[in-house]
Amino acid sequence: MSGVERIAAAFEAARSDGRGAALMPYLMSAYPDLDTSREIAQAYVDGGADLIELGIPFSDPLADGSVIHAAGVAALNAGAHVYESLQVARTVSDQVPVVVMCYANLVLARGLERFADMLVEVGASGLIVPDLPLEEAPAALAACDQRGLALVPLVAPATPDERLHQIGARARGFLYTVSVTGTTGERAVNDGALPGVLARARAHTDVPVAVGFGISTPEQAAAAMQAGADGVIIGSRLVRAVGEVAPADAPAQARALVEAFSGALVVPGRDS
Amino acid sequence: MSTTLPHRFGPYGGQYVPELLMPALTELEAAWIEASEDAAFQARLTSLLNDYVGRPSPLYLAERLSEVAGHPVYLKREDLNHTGAHKINNALGQALLAKRMGKTRIIAETGAGQHGVASATACALLDLECVVYMGTEDIRRQRPNVQRMELLGATVVGVDAGARTLKEAVSAAIRDWVTNVADTHYIIGSAVGPAPYPVIVRELQRIIGEEARAQVLEKAGRLPERVIACVGGGSNSIGIFIPFVDDADVQLIGVEAAGEGVETGRHGAPLTVAGRAGVLHGSYSAIMQDEDGQILEAHSISAGLDYPGSGPEHAWLRDQGRASYHAITDQQALDAFALTARLEGIIPALESSHAIAWTLANPDSAIDVVCLSGRGDKDLAEVLDKLGIAGPAS
Ligand SMILES: Cc1ncc(COP(=O)(O)O)c(C=O)c1O
Repeated sequence: MSGVERIAAAFEAARSDGRGAALMPYLMSAYPDLDTSREIAQAYVDGGADLIELGIPFSDPLADGSVIHAAGVAALNAGAHVYESLQVARTVSDQVPVVVMCYANLVLARGLERFADMLVEVGASGLIVPDLPLEEAPAALAACDQRGLALVPLVAPATPDERLHQIGARARGFLYTVSVTGTTGERAVNDGALPGVLARARAHTDVPVAVGFGISTPEQAAAAMQAGADGVIIGSRLVRAVGEVAPADAPAQARALVEAFSGALVVPGRDS
Repeated sequence: MSTTLPHRFGPYGGQYVPELLMPALTELEAAWIEASEDAAFQARLTSLLNDYVGRPSPLYLAERLSEVAGHPVYLKREDLNHTGAHKINNALGQALLAKRMGKTRIIAETGAGQHGVASATACALLDLECVVYMGTEDIRRQRPNVQRMELLGATVVGVDAGARTLKEAVSAAIRDWVTNVADTHYIIGSAVGPAPYPVIVRELQRIIGEEARAQVLEKAGRLPERVIACVGGGSNSIGIFIPFVDDADVQLIGVEAAGEGVETGRHGAPLTVAGRAGVLHGSYSAIMQDEDGQILEAHSISAGLDYPGSGPEHAWLRDQGRASYHAITDQQALDAFALTARLEGIIPALESSHAIAWTLANPDSAIDVVCLSGRGDKDLAEVLDKLGIAGPAS
């Protein structure tokens, strides 16, 4: 199966498993250290993750809020490199699809083709480049398409219809809808505009629509599902949790949280 | 006029930003094009530049410095502008544009503090809220400018990430913009960032070169052999270069920070070193990075040149062979700073001192025009400390 097909199958499987939306926890690779991050990846799977988003540490992550920024910097200060960080995907990539989240300069430094080859090598299914908008994406899209990898684009609440249409048509794997205007980070309230944002995204694409940025409680995840999301991405909440305990306790901590989020996505009245 | 601006200079430039910012960049580009064609807007900007900033700035033949250099050195006196540097040309233009776009809040980053002061000044004048991001190391070494910004009503937000200098301040400003894009305009302080910023900043700074070209023709009766400017992100340099680009015999010299020496890695000279290009702060250009593509920290005694990136148009001018880029060490800049003060009674900014140092170190020119991009009052404490002259306790 290609990466694109694996992602589609994972969304399907979540549904037939009785969940209203697929759960996609974000993992900062090499944080708090390489070995622990591998164990956390496995803990995510054991806790019920349907897909995993694997963040590669970057020195200047412009789309990230303080929690993910700090985790990335900590990983770099501890000596993280792109090659080793990508290898973390191998731990789980035969169990769930792994979508790598990586800033543009890390991809360009290696060269698009070489970077895409590395993704294939480690078993990744897709790639998200948060600072590669539509205009800059054609070459990366071609490199991913050639290898059956999904280049997942982002859209925002303020993305105009015309642009949403163009992005939706080029979306592979799923469309990543940013739920709030801002950087990644936990937020107290869910945006009441979410159903509208999701409906608009869905009208412009054939792939599943996932929502991320700001979702930090199981209640918010359930609300996103009810608002129509096919997938829910949990980032800063998990990264913070992992940083709050000793590395030895981080996997159990991560697993418990992922279980709670996963439970919140079970469709009411459909217990298995 | 066209309905879009160029987004690339050869392979350089582009818009490597989160999707959240794309509508704002499109809006900014359209507003800029409209304003460029609006005679009333242009008249207001010109009148402010003349009566408020004090333009045109003089072109001054620095005779005693020329003697040491061995060739005539004309200084383009941007240090005499209101707020003490070229930064006000850009800040005022962008603040007027923001007002026209109906934005109520301005954010800016600053390294040396000159762009922060210029933005705070423009915001005071135009009644806009102003938030300035500044690395905490720069807050330490450019203290007078922090006090000026606060006096002008701006909020200065210290940025503690990384090396606590300009790169992190730009990143923090971009994150603020991502979050508050609806009512906020980001006045970027140099010819960097995603399109259309490099073009907007260039157009607002080209007045430096337009004036200088006319002035040197009048005073010297000829074009200069070399036009020299320091390069942090590249705004004073692109501003003075552009009107001379078609004068094939005029050499364009950009001077970056060699810091402790280019060979030590502790510098701010990505154009000079000319390694692999990459993406920083929204555009593809000459940057300092490691093998993986992680951005490296720059090092310079001058906060305004302490930046690992560069404006994309400079990278293109370099590749085409139209401009060349060189680097001057901290020590050379300090020496030029002290010499200019003694010989000319002018205290230059440490940034501008790099350009002066280059003309001194490279004789064999018929005439040089050097952009004196700003004045050095802000640098006194740091320089006195480095020169081993005791200043007042601080
Ligand atoms: C006086 C002065 N000159 C030069 C610079 C460098 O910026 P740029 O390269 O954009 O002109 C600065 C930046 O802070 C400055 O304050």
